[in-house]
Amino acid sequence: MRRSGRDRCVEPMGSPIVTTPFLEIMALACERDWRLLFERLDLALAPGDMLQVVGPNGSGKTSLLRLLAGLMQPSAGEVRLQGRSLCGQRAELARNLLWIGHAAGIKGLLTAEENLAWLCALHRPAGREAIWQALAAVGLRGFEDVPCHTLSAGQQRRVALARLHLEAPPLWILDEPFTALDKQGVAQLERHLQDHCERGGMVVLTTHHSLAVKPATFRELDLERCAA
Amino acid sequence: MNWTWFHKLGSPKWFYEVSGRWLPWFAVAAALLLGVGLVWGLAFAPPDYQQGNSFRIIYIHVPVAFLAQSCYVLLAVAGLVGLVWRIKLADVALQCAAPIGAWMTFIALVTGAIWGKPTWGTWWVWDARLTSMLILLFLYFGIIALGQAIANRDSAAKACAVLAIVGVVNIPIIKYSVEWWNSLHQPATFTLTEKPAMPMEMWLPMLVMVLGIYCFFAAVLLLRMRLEVLRREARSSWAKSEIKALVGAA
Amino acid sequence: MSPVFALLLARESRLLFRRPAELVNPLVFFAIVIALFPLAVGPESQLLQTLSPGLIWVAALLAVLLSLDGLFRSDFEDGSLEQWVVAPQPLPLLVLAKVLAHWLFSGLALVLLAPLLALMLGLPARCLPVLLLSLLLGTPVLSLLGAVGAALIVGLKRGGLLLPLLILPLYIPVLILGSGVLQAALQGLPATGHLLWLASLAVLAVTLLPFAIAAGLTISVGE
Repeated sequence: MRRSGRDRCVEPMGSPIVTTPFLEIMALACERDWRLLFERLDLALAPGDMLQVVGPNGSGKTSLLRLLAGLMQPSAGEVRLQGRSLCGQRAELARNLLWIGHAAGIKGLLTAEENLAWLCALHRPAGREAIWQALAAVGLRGFEDVPCHTLSAGQQRRVALARLHLEAPPLWILDEPFTALDKQGVAQLERHLQDHCERGGMVVLTTHHSLAVKPATFRELDLERCAA
Repeated sequence: MNWTWFHKLGSPKWFYEVSGRWLPWFAVAAALLLGVGLVWGLAFAPPDYQQGNSFRIIYIHVPVAFLAQSCYVLLAVAGLVGLVWRIKLADVALQCAAPIGAWMTFIALVTGAIWGKPTWGTWWVWDARLTSMLILLFLYFGIIALGQAIANRDSAAKACAVLAIVGVVNIPIIKYSVEWWNSLHQPATFTLTEKPAMPMEMWLPMLVMVLGIYCFFAAVLLLRMRLEVLRREARSSWAKSEIKALVGAA
Repeated sequence: MSPVFALLLARESRLLFRRPAELVNPLVFFAIVIALFPLAVGPESQLLQTLSPGLIWVAALLAVLLSLDGLFRSDFEDGSLEQWVVAPQPLPLLVLAKVLAHWLFSGLALVLLAPLLALMLGLPARCLPVLLLSLLLGTPVLSLLGAVGAALIVGLKRGGLLLPLLILPLYIPVLILGSGVLQAALQGLPATGHLLWLASLAVLAVTLLPFAIAAGLTISVGE
């Protein structure tokens, strides 16, 4: 397939890509309810990359993330994982992916520990020790056995983000991870994301604020420029 | 094996061109066959020795009931093709065929009731076939309602496909259970359509009608699908020029 | 058994127990619907006995269906379903555990309540084993079929009457077999054959329907 074209929206190149990118999208288009959000979008993600997707509300940021996570099917084009089409390797993607959506899958009726134990078990079971440590790392020491519906929105977000301290699939796709976090929480998460990328992980995220701390491989994708 | 023909089949533009060539043939065949079958069946076929002329409604009832049932199978097949190979055209076929199937089921029920009046002396009997038809109508309603309720076009098609596949697996089970239920409650119902020795003069017009109704179905389905394809492809240049030509001709 | 299956079963049970009212509602509904019939057709015991197999099955079927309406709703809204879909675990296995947990608490309670209501309708005690057995075999099928519908409409803001519209026609074989078995028992006829039919439907449902439910959830989540 053609990699670049006059009318393609090619993402700004941060680092030169030497090997097969881990995740690649080619001529991707997304259509919602008869409205074309973006089309002919090309993008490649290699180990160590961090990508921030920006754009006004309704420009398809969440849709793009969901396409990458395999939750949605593109209207045209394809997503490739390690050079092969995503369709046949859902399991491979699942093993490598940590997805935290806008709704993070936290049950209000369960305690923070129970929530994390289950979310980890979906990927790789984690022991009680590890979970408590992760909760402590996001500043929730002492809240381990409190039902999550009694926590504040920011604290609930922290419970979800504690997963980033637990399991380590290489690719993190995070939809608005900074929502409801306080200043200190934001700074901590930024540092954690940077560390992850420097260890060879990948992060794709949407957020409206500009990151204060970012790795050298940081790139920005503005969906407004790719709008149809 | 070369699969290009299969994916070509899924291309809307190709479909639009080919269906445009087939459509007149189906339409003409349907008109001819239905015309011949109706005149033959209603006027020339010999009357039934038991029911006299009232049996002639089977020339409408049976072909329509046939079509109603096979249309549901078509929905499930289209659904499967759409889900497995992600061919959008199959989605279009599913959504366009469902209302036709529902109408056919409805006509089969109404003609069945009309036929029931002189035969059983009442408009409605909980006969196994009629009951199965009624359930089939409900199944069609379910698919149509689901398709209408989901706003996202692709999700709606996929959801309908899943429902149609579950339904089509269920249909034989429903059919047998309804027959069993019927035999349990009305052990001695005599069934009218299961007459083994229907003479040739009665069968031939029936065959013509069945063929005719299938051609009619094909024509209506193609018409509806072409319209839907145009609607979906309204952004592409070929569809734009096609629409311009259509509007200009009108 | 796969550890995730057991874990999910435990998690769902915990969730159900922390909101017990949701478990009780279908039972109360079941009892009320049964109580409506004597009020509607009259208290004559012979008539009620004749009608009882059908009444119990229709009421049980509606109770199961209504209890399933919100089966996946909270999981959909809080993002749990997304996590299930992107997880490396097989989704059909997860939904099977989810439906099983739901059935263990609401379906089984319904089965246990049914003999009491059946006696109130005048069903003789000798029919109770058949009633229990037929409900035990039939309600899992009802739960699984209903879950397919619940999965398909979970993304809709207002599902409303859609679930019964989609699913009730599919319930007909279970209704016919279940009430037929009971009627046969009432008339002193052998019921084993049809119980076996119900059992085979249950096996069919447990093996095939989780895939349909999983497909439905993937579609709803991908919307």
